[in-house]
Amino acid sequence: MTSDIVSFASLAPAWPELVLAVGAIVLLLAGVIWSRERSTAIAFLAIVLLVAVIAVAIWQPAEGVLFNGAFISDGFSRYMKFLVLGGSAFALILSTSTAKPMGLDKFEYSILVLLATLGMMVMVSANDLMSLYVGLELQSLALYVVAALKREDPKATEAGLKYFVLGALSSGMLLYGASLVYGFTGMTQLDRIVGAIALDNRSIGLIFGMVFLLAGIAFKISAVPFHMWTPDVYEGAPTPVTGFFAAAPKVAAMALFIRVVTVSFGPVTHDWQQIVIFLSIASMVLAAFAAIGQNNLKRLLAYSSIGHVGFALVGLSAGTAVGVEGVAVYMAIYVAMTIGIFAAVLSLKTKDGFVETIPQLAGLAQKRPFIAAMIAIIMFSFIGLPPLAGFFAKWQVFLAAVDAHLFVLAVIGVLASAVSAFYYLRIIKVMYFDEPKEEFAVAPAELTAVMGLSGFLIVTYFVTVGSPLYAAAHSAAGSLF
Amino acid sequence: MLAAAGIGLGHYLTVGAILFTLGVFGIFLNRKNIIIILMSVELILLSVNINFVAFSAQLGDLVGQVFALLILTVAAAEAAIGLAILVVFYRNRGTIAVEDVNSLKG
Repeated sequence: MTSDIVSFASLAPAWPELVLAVGAIVLLLAGVIWSRERSTAIAFLAIVLLVAVIAVAIWQPAEGVLFNGAFISDGFSRYMKFLVLGGSAFALILSTSTAKPMGLDKFEYSILVLLATLGMMVMVSANDLMSLYVGLELQSLALYVVAALKREDPKATEAGLKYFVLGALSSGMLLYGASLVYGFTGMTQLDRIVGAIALDNRSIGLIFGMVFLLAGIAFKISAVPFHMWTPDVYEGAPTPVTGFFAAAPKVAAMALFIRVVTVSFGPVTHDWQQIVIFLSIASMVLAAFAAIGQNNLKRLLAYSSIGHVGFALVGLSAGTAVGVEGVAVYMAIYVAMTIGIFAAVLSLKTKDGFVETIPQLAGLAQKRPFIAAMIAIIMFSFIGLPPLAGFFAKWQVFLAAVDAHLFVLAVIGVLASAVSAFYYLRIIKVMYFDEPKEEFAVAPAELTAVMGLSGFLIVTYFVTVGSPLYAAAHSAAGSLF
Repeated sequence: MLAAAGIGLGHYLTVGAILFTLGVFGIFLNRKNIIIILMSVELILLSVNINFVAFSAQLGDLVGQVFALLILTVAAAEAAIGLAILVVFYRNRGTIAVEDVNSLKG
């Protein structure tokens, strides 16, 4: 095989990654040389860098396969990359004013977020089990450190430790699966595995490998039964970090999941469909019931994100282009809602510090009507009430499931959605109908802006972003089938 | 290609599977020490390497060995990060016993 790297121009499909990699290293050097105290400036430059990478990705829409087939840039990877970059950039914006009280005023935080984002972009563009693994580890290793970055906080370090142990286990399972897939097909390149499967006609070793591989990825998207790290890590990590964890890494891992099952395991669709349906039902049902008893806001959001992963997997269960399109739309809306809700949670501050539990929200609507309204909008969108964005997200995936004749799955999904409405509505009830006990601080301007943007997009989804997003998701899904 | 002394691919895969299982059980059944968990993680990664190298020799294809080298490198980075997190945890809590990792639950 001849090398396809001849000039800088021929690397065009990987330019966004290259810019981000070089930029992250330059910022790391700047952080070390310049001063260890200037974390705000580095955070600002990191946001600028992410915006620049988005600009490069828009300006250079080159598609193609690079590095001996290890890296692919296609419609799907570009779509998911925009979500990942947007999620990371907003996560950094969320942590600008709250970095100091949250113990994140270290320049390493922004650098680690950038490196994790780079890992996610490699995951999204991975076309080989090797680049898949390396991208996943670059993301995971950076995230383990970010979770434990608040070194003096026992909760944060415990969250980091738990995340590390379970993450390392999941990487091990993923690799064990990768080794079996390699052994039974003789290929590591995703789009060649598919050819080997068609010839081989589904050996048991291959199915074993696929199950291990999917179990490893299911850890990363925190689908039940591989979700146990999520509530602990979300609760223990500082809130801006939790917001980051909930948005971009989920998108990247979901993109990886979709690419692996659709590109590599197309001929054994029936086998992986069963796995995805199981993960989906388990996630939706467990999240709906487990969240009811939660008093901690971040734990509740952890279960909520587990549930949303379950709903997104409903679309993937269909195993069709329409289903993947639904997942792509779902992830975009999920990122917008997640960033919005974490902006709201971060702006809830009383004289005793940040609000962590649901009873503390009592009477928020009287004290801070704007924040309460935004939380209420996002909660209604989480439930899936029309005409908010969350409704269209769920509608798409359920439609795909019904198209694929997965009626039971769709019915269970709708029922789980109804159950989950209980705990979302409880938050609204506490905010609007309970007597206020405490004074809330004024929200910082950028958090208000992010909340407002999220709320605006959710409310006006149908008339503003709805159809362009749908078109983008349509062409993204089309590039996989 | 692996046929020397009658040891074939199956034997290597069996060793790999046993090591992998030991690693997984080491994480879940171990009630004592987090260092043992880190050792179990290494065991899992090494079992995967045995698989890759055995398959690579069997298939006469170098890619598996390249993959094994990548895993070795990443495993080193992973161990470094794991130990670093363990050190900050120990500074906060003064213990690395598994049953003391319990302040987050619900």
